[in-house]
Amino acid sequence: MNMRKVLAALLVMTFVFGLLAGCGSSGSAGNAGGSAGGAAAGGAEETILLGVNFELSGGLAAYGQSKINGLKIALDEINAAGGVLGKKIVLKEYDNKGDNAEAVNISTRLMGEDKVVAMMGPVTSGRVMASVDVAKQFQIPMVTGTGTSAGITVNEDGSVNDFVYRICFIDPYQGTLAANYAADTLKVKNAAMLVNQSDDYSIYMAEAFKKTFEEKGGTILENSTFVEGDLDFKAALTKIKSSGAELIFCPNYYEPDALIAKQAQELGYDGYLLGGDGWDNLDHLIKTAGADALQKAFFINQYFPGDTTEKNQNFVKKYTELHKDAPPSFAALGYDLMYFVADAIERAGTTDPAEINKAMAGTTNFEGITGSFAMGENHDPIKSALVIGYTADGQYKVVEKVQ
Amino acid sequence: MKRLLSKKNLAILLGILLLYGVIQTLISLGILRTFHQVNLITICISVIMAVSLNLITGFTGQFTLGHAGFMAVGAYFSAVMTVKWGVFFPVSIFSGAVLAAVFGVLIGLPTLRLKGDYLAIATLGFGEVIRVVLLNTKYVGGAAGLFGIPRLVNWTWVFFAAVITVVVIRNLLWSSYGRACISIREDEVAAELMGIDITHYKVLAFSVGAFFAGLGGGIYAHYFYGLQPGTFGFMKSIDYLVMVVLGGMGSITGSILAAVVLTLINVVLQQFSAIRMILYALLLIVIMIFRPQGLMGSKEASLELFRKMGRRSGNGSLGSK
Amino acid sequence: MEQFYVFLQQLINGVSLGSIYALIALGYTMVYGIIKLINFAHGDIYMMGAFIAYFSVSYFHLGFLSALLVSMAACTILGVLIERIAYKPLRGATRIAALITAIGMSFFLEYVMVFFVGAQSRAFPNVLPALRIEFFGGKVFITGKELLIYGVTLFLVVLLQFIVRKTKTGKAMRAVAFDREAAMLMGINIDYTISATFALGSALAGAAGVLVGVYYSAVNPLMGMTPGLKAFVAAVLGGIGIIPGAALGGMLMGLIETFVIAYGQSTYRDAVAFAILILILLIKPSGILGSNVREKI
Repeated sequence: MNMRKVLAALLVMTFVFGLLAGCGSSGSAGNAGGSAGGAAAGGAEETILLGVNFELSGGLAAYGQSKINGLKIALDEINAAGGVLGKKIVLKEYDNKGDNAEAVNISTRLMGEDKVVAMMGPVTSGRVMASVDVAKQFQIPMVTGTGTSAGITVNEDGSVNDFVYRICFIDPYQGTLAANYAADTLKVKNAAMLVNQSDDYSIYMAEAFKKTFEEKGGTILENSTFVEGDLDFKAALTKIKSSGAELIFCPNYYEPDALIAKQAQELGYDGYLLGGDGWDNLDHLIKTAGADALQKAFFINQYFPGDTTEKNQNFVKKYTELHKDAPPSFAALGYDLMYFVADAIERAGTTDPAEINKAMAGTTNFEGITGSFAMGENHDPIKSALVIGYTADGQYKVVEKVQ
Repeated sequence: MKRLLSKKNLAILLGILLLYGVIQTLISLGILRTFHQVNLITICISVIMAVSLNLITGFTGQFTLGHAGFMAVGAYFSAVMTVKWGVFFPVSIFSGAVLAAVFGVLIGLPTLRLKGDYLAIATLGFGEVIRVVLLNTKYVGGAAGLFGIPRLVNWTWVFFAAVITVVVIRNLLWSSYGRACISIREDEVAAELMGIDITHYKVLAFSVGAFFAGLGGGIYAHYFYGLQPGTFGFMKSIDYLVMVVLGGMGSITGSILAAVVLTLINVVLQQFSAIRMILYALLLIVIMIFRPQGLMGSKEASLELFRKMGRRSGNGSLGSK
Repeated sequence: MEQFYVFLQQLINGVSLGSIYALIALGYTMVYGIIKLINFAHGDIYMMGAFIAYFSVSYFHLGFLSALLVSMAACTILGVLIERIAYKPLRGATRIAALITAIGMSFFLEYVMVFFVGAQSRAFPNVLPALRIEFFGGKVFITGKELLIYGVTLFLVVLLQFIVRKTKTGKAMRAVAFDREAAMLMGINIDYTISATFALGSALAGAAGVLVGVYYSAVNPLMGMTPGLKAFVAAVLGGIGIIPGAALGGMLMGLIETFVIAYGQSTYRDAVAFAILILILLIKPSGILGSNVREKI
């Protein structure tokens, strides 16, 4: 008798699978019809479909949201100026919740079902790493604006992942620059690190910092860690302070970094704070930590909102109007990401993904608000870095530019 | 042997093969493309996870919040075996599941004398400890995770893994072992008085559940290219718990149904990033308010059930429902 | 000697962190005590409290005390509403169904806030004067904010203990917690008593939210997740349903975490905290202050 139940369950499964298949195929048929219709109508209605696979909900939502805000400003500008190759750009955007399996699912959906010509995202390294193989399988280029882990573009055996690009720094590069700055410019001998242990971004940067800093004769006195969601750093800071470190390297995102700066000040720590581009949400830093706590704080960045180029001023103005906040670098990289992809399509002169891929690899001089760059052999951009610090009146400034 | 080859069993075998055949044909005809396969496999993993959790929580009545921890053990161990030691992948997936079962016994023996929410918290703590240990283990990549795992499993593997999970757990539950487990859920004291060795059966349910959670993890590892400790956090356990409760505690078909429905809803919601979680939350609240026993209650979907429903609505045909 | 000062400073850090866990744990334990529901939405009511105070201070320029009161009042209403809409229909259902509803409620509050204010953290304006009391020539010190947290936590523990022990509603709460049917037979209004518990618990969550907002100067829609979970663990550690137990459990969690960072491996902080939790539960299955109830047959 009872085995029938299992059979019935399987029937239900079949039924639902059928539904799934039905939905999926009718959906893509609709798409295919749509684009075919567009082609037949000729010109005016033709569009270019780009995919967005971002962390828009879940614990990483803050970064995904900033990024898509920036990206959409660029999209509006491009479309208002007539689009690319005379066609308007249309986005297909999905939310991966900050989950790796979901990111794979969405990459497959964008590339296999929606037939996008290129995919933008994901925002953070883990999700990007999970999507790399999907891009290679479908041979459709994907570009991340903020995935900084070295392994995204270059495998352990040194081979470069075709179809996978990024437009931001890689972690070790930033860590090395930070160590140089600490040892050469700030003349620090003893440093401590306070690292978000649940984030590979922080860990890789800390590793590179430690390596270079020790090579230059410095000592890491304390290496303390915390996890995502922590608000209280006083125990670690008390320990670091009593160790006599002159500098704390904090390679994290701005939310914990702002709290670290504030609590360090409250505890009477008077050494340097140094970080990477994750620090970049200047508004948030100043409002949360206060200008006093940031007097001796520096961070490596690729973007500076105070940059006076017309392009950047225009972006900052639009972003501030729309979102009532100064743009963090996530937003600026989102903006550049959109332009980078549009530029590659323009140069390819076609929407064939293979040609776009070639155009991306062959980028020689892309002018973005986060700096101009050429695409390197490893599919990582070659761009200059800034060291940003604060002045007494709560303003920030570029204190050093590194090529 | 006679019982094994009874008409019913043959019918079921036929049904399973038919289902597999239909989907496999659709795949080879190119009607079900990669994207559909990703979702079919997600569904099968969810089925494995939800049915195994149902064995522990729904049938044996032991409230656990550490299921993702067992999944992590299976996923990481099998991935390490395949990638670093070069073991043939079905062997590594199986070993991962066995290791998860061993963990199930190790964790189960001391903690299962706790009751209700205390057990839930202890298992939650265990899941978190596993995650933190993985986060600190350089060998498996720490927070950066273990990537570069080739996609070795395909739809066929995963489908039959899910079928095996369902059949084994179903047969276990319909045996005297399963009856003992259910009696523990109904009334622990009474069960003990009837001479049932409570600890024995609890640990049994726990380790079998953990075994299949490890299996689910192994499949996850060999399909989604990479692993990160963050994937197997507390929220992952909650995801599967939601499937079990939504489908109906103590209903295998309910868990299967909920795994299918929630995966599909998730796909539909991918494009509504802003309101996605709000809709999901409302769905949970509304279903629980109107159907607190879950979609299937503790019943199993069966032909009889459909027939009864049909009779009640005065219509004998299956198609009416 | 230097080491001793550092130790004292770490002790202060630990007690501050512990007080925050204790504050959130108090509300958890109240609700759990009476309807045996792990109210996952508690951490999110705490987040709402922080946001209400944030808006009152930033846009309506209220002072600290008035913002605290506004936010406690708003959270009270929110808590009672949630109980009426989402939990009351499930009173007869299994506890696990109610738990899933609570999880749903938690997601709902979080993402409604994300929808309206975005996921970004916001800076909580500084509403307290900077105060710093130094000992041993400045080697050890305590800030005004820390004193405030200690004071409020202590006050609330005593107040709650008083309400639960001495007032009529409090006695009704204990009666309902002990045996709901018997309490009903004695003429206790169950609905009212449960609502009162939620009101009290939510007001506490609101207060905790405001204090944490002020203490760390940052609020965001997902801020309730981690502390909510930890506070619940703390409540279990101390013996869930027992008010001094929640305070004790919270304090222990805070101290354990702080001292693992200070004198152990910070990477294993959470693992150590949970391992100690499991150990304590194994030795004393109903928490530190819980009494083992013998099952009646």
